[in-house]
Amino acid sequence: MMLFKLSIKNIKKSFKDYAIYFFTLILGVAIFYVFNAIDSQTVLLDVTRDTRELIKLMTNMLSGVSVFVSFILGFLIIYASRFLIKRRNKEFGIYLTLGMSKRKISMILFFETFLIGLLSLVVGLGLGVLISQFMSLLVANMFEADLTEFAFTFSSSACIKTFIYFGIMYFMVMIFNTINVSKCRLIDLLHGSKKSEKVKLKNPIFCTILFIISACMLGYAYYLVTVGFEELSNASDIFIPIILGTISTFLIFWSLSGLILTLVTRIKRFYYKALNSFTLRQISSKINTTVFSMSVICLMLFITICVLSSALSIKNSMTANLKTLVPIDVQFTKTRYLNDGQVEQNVVDDSKITIHETLKLLEFDMETNLKDVVELDLYDTGLTFKDTLGNYYNEASKKYPFMTFDTKEDFIKLSDYNRLARLYGLEEYTLESNEYIAVADYKELATIRNEALKRNVPIMIENEKYYPKYAECKNGFLFINSTHSNSGFFIVPDEALVNKAISISMMSANYKANDEIEKNKIEERIAVDLENHPYVNSTTLKGITKIKLYETSVGLGAMVTFIGLYLGIIFLMSSAAILALKELSESTDNKERFRVLRKIGTDEKMLHQALFRQIGIFFLFPLLIAIIHSIFGILFCNRLLAVFGDDELLPSIIMTAFFIVSIYGGYFLLTYFCSKNIIREKI
Amino acid sequence: MEPILKIDKIEKYYGSRSSLTKAIDNLSFTVEKGEFVAIMGASGSGKTTLLNCISTIDRVTSGHIYVGGEDITKLKGSSLNRFRREELGFIFQDFNLLDTLTAYENIALALSIQNIKTNEIEARIKKVAEELDIKSVLNKYPYQMSGGQKQRVASARAIITNPKLILADEPTGALDSKSSKMLLERFNHLNDALDATILMVTHDAFTASYAKRVIFIKDGKVFNEFERGNDSRKEFFDKIIDVVTLLGGDLNDAL
Repeated sequence: MMLFKLSIKNIKKSFKDYAIYFFTLILGVAIFYVFNAIDSQTVLLDVTRDTRELIKLMTNMLSGVSVFVSFILGFLIIYASRFLIKRRNKEFGIYLTLGMSKRKISMILFFETFLIGLLSLVVGLGLGVLISQFMSLLVANMFEADLTEFAFTFSSSACIKTFIYFGIMYFMVMIFNTINVSKCRLIDLLHGSKKSEKVKLKNPIFCTILFIISACMLGYAYYLVTVGFEELSNASDIFIPIILGTISTFLIFWSLSGLILTLVTRIKRFYYKALNSFTLRQISSKINTTVFSMSVICLMLFITICVLSSALSIKNSMTANLKTLVPIDVQFTKTRYLNDGQVEQNVVDDSKITIHETLKLLEFDMETNLKDVVELDLYDTGLTFKDTLGNYYNEASKKYPFMTFDTKEDFIKLSDYNRLARLYGLEEYTLESNEYIAVADYKELATIRNEALKRNVPIMIENEKYYPKYAECKNGFLFINSTHSNSGFFIVPDEALVNKAISISMMSANYKANDEIEKNKIEERIAVDLENHPYVNSTTLKGITKIKLYETSVGLGAMVTFIGLYLGIIFLMSSAAILALKELSESTDNKERFRVLRKIGTDEKMLHQALFRQIGIFFLFPLLIAIIHSIFGILFCNRLLAVFGDDELLPSIIMTAFFIVSIYGGYFLLTYFCSKNIIREKI
Repeated sequence: MEPILKIDKIEKYYGSRSSLTKAIDNLSFTVEKGEFVAIMGASGSGKTTLLNCISTIDRVTSGHIYVGGEDITKLKGSSLNRFRREELGFIFQDFNLLDTLTAYENIALALSIQNIKTNEIEARIKKVAEELDIKSVLNKYPYQMSGGQKQRVASARAIITNPKLILADEPTGALDSKSSKMLLERFNHLNDALDATILMVTHDAFTASYAKRVIFIKDGKVFNEFERGNDSRKEFFDKIIDVVTLLGGDLNDAL
């Protein structure tokens, strides 16, 4: 009981030191709860079965991510508690000299961890429940569902899960503490704090050379992911800039920490002004001793910024794409004229009939359900991607060594295309008898095709030569899809394809419906009745609908956003917390230094300014480099995710900035006020 | 002439009404310009409290302290800091140098917080470094210096602002006898050549014997005081020892 009292008193006494730790724990618990409780909010939403499925997938993924998150948080908590223990070495030393056994000290720590754990869990869960009420608005917005009524939600499963996960983490902390205490020696405990600071100066010339080398390395890495993007055709190629970037980040921190001091001491007018010399020394000694963690934090911030901004923009551009890429309600496609023996005979037989004939066999009534029907065929001329590139092929195959060039190309009759374009609301074309038009909206492939078109490469169909009407690919598509993924097809005069084989048939249409309810009824007929019809196994007919595409897209967008948010916030929190702990761990040394400054008559204002600058630069330094990294990282992500359409990035960048300012900035302010509190002295 | 320091009937109480401790009890004395005064007393006699009150680190319960005619017990906030910065120089037992800065930068700090220009800082440090014989250590860090060197750097920091009064709190407390002697000789030099006014608190008779006047404090009151006059340092030292013996207590084992 005595030990228990001691624990409580310790917590009360050192609450100042525990503030950051406590804050981090509460935040961790709250975030963990919020993201695990998302499914309880979606229950309230009025969504379709497909969306429900997606939500289920999302919750599963989120709980998978939670395991990863719990590892990060666990590491963070153990790291933080080790810091706090170190600060209290002297206290434990006194306990030991008083004859307390190590076991009892472990018990004190055990109680403390238990109390803090319990308290943080309760407060954190409270906060989490509160936040998750607001979260339901976001969830509803993400799934574009109406929040029929606002209801207070509480997820007991998420609550229990939080308890179990954090319980395990705290248990790990207890074990670590016990090991730590049992290993320590009395002499180290009592005199551990009395180490004189040794200032190791790095050779400035060596630092300069190293800095230049690492800057070049970084520049090259930046070059690889932006200008040299095309060369990164192999997935493993991406590791080169990543490794280069990581190493150069570390080296930049290492060399800059030595370099900045040498440079600024030269500017005497600045250096010997107010407390500048003191502040600068403080910062450089801190960066000197934390080069490794600074680099890790910088990279974590970099990942956070990229993940957050990309995740947020994917969702935006995916939904934006749908409006233009899915102009009709439903589209059926079917592979035609399969060879005998390739698949089962009934499927081969079915491939010989048209789509509306197949629909009839499926007992789907086109008359009552569909309007604006456009049925057309794509033709196979035997020409491949390679053939359509003409003399550009040799160059292209060198430039894109991993691209497959022998895929068959799709051809469409001009009149067919114009019928469809009318339905889609796209531009209609005219052609001379020896002209063709290439259409694509997948940027990377369009770029390759454009090269060939610029060279006026002809294509040969039945000994007739056709030349490109336009020197570039026209923007457009045949198949409705949620992304810009049309890699290209060719529009040729009708007579060019007279004797050619039909490869694919497609039927595009709108629903014969006046309102959403009727639309949903037809949708249900296609999704359920057609899918369950016995004939469905003997056809390659596939139907894709606007509603389904929409739901998938929204669901995917929401999933990416939530996972991005979850990881981003946790990463941000972890890196800010580590920085804060690093800063505060030296607060006792700092206190001594500030006391000296105060004794020689430095103004309080000047002291606070020095402290603010010191902590500010310490926080800003890794963020700054992370932001520079991110500029290139985001450019890279943007090109990588080009299929999702490059929507304006600004809104998502603003959102990302908001998260960084609130979480990272929050930690900065908390650290500043804690430090200010520590250096304060009563007169 | 106005004395540099005038202590006027100051009292300092600690504790609550039920258990009152009088650390300083109606204490008065003055220090003239160019004096080198040592204050001696056993631990608990109130000498550190006195120094804290003069240096404005602590406040008196009643009475007044005048430095150059200014009543410092009335100062508050930023004017307190200004006073400390411009009128006082401190030398502490444990040097209180910043371990992250070089000797030069430590000394410069006292000037740079007064917003003095870089050129002037450089010239003044050069001069003071010569006076205190620390030119060779200016670019070293505290951990690279001996105790004596550190204390002389600290002294340089204290006098570089040309303070009205230099307060030294057990300056030789952490030094060996050779370094102590060297430091005290430097104090004498500063006192004679630069006319610096020094008030030194010590419990060590040897250290006190370098001063020109010694004030003994016991239980928060002035117990005795006398000047060195024309005595040799040895004679002065013997006189001090006599009083120390009279005072008893733990000052006996001060040698």
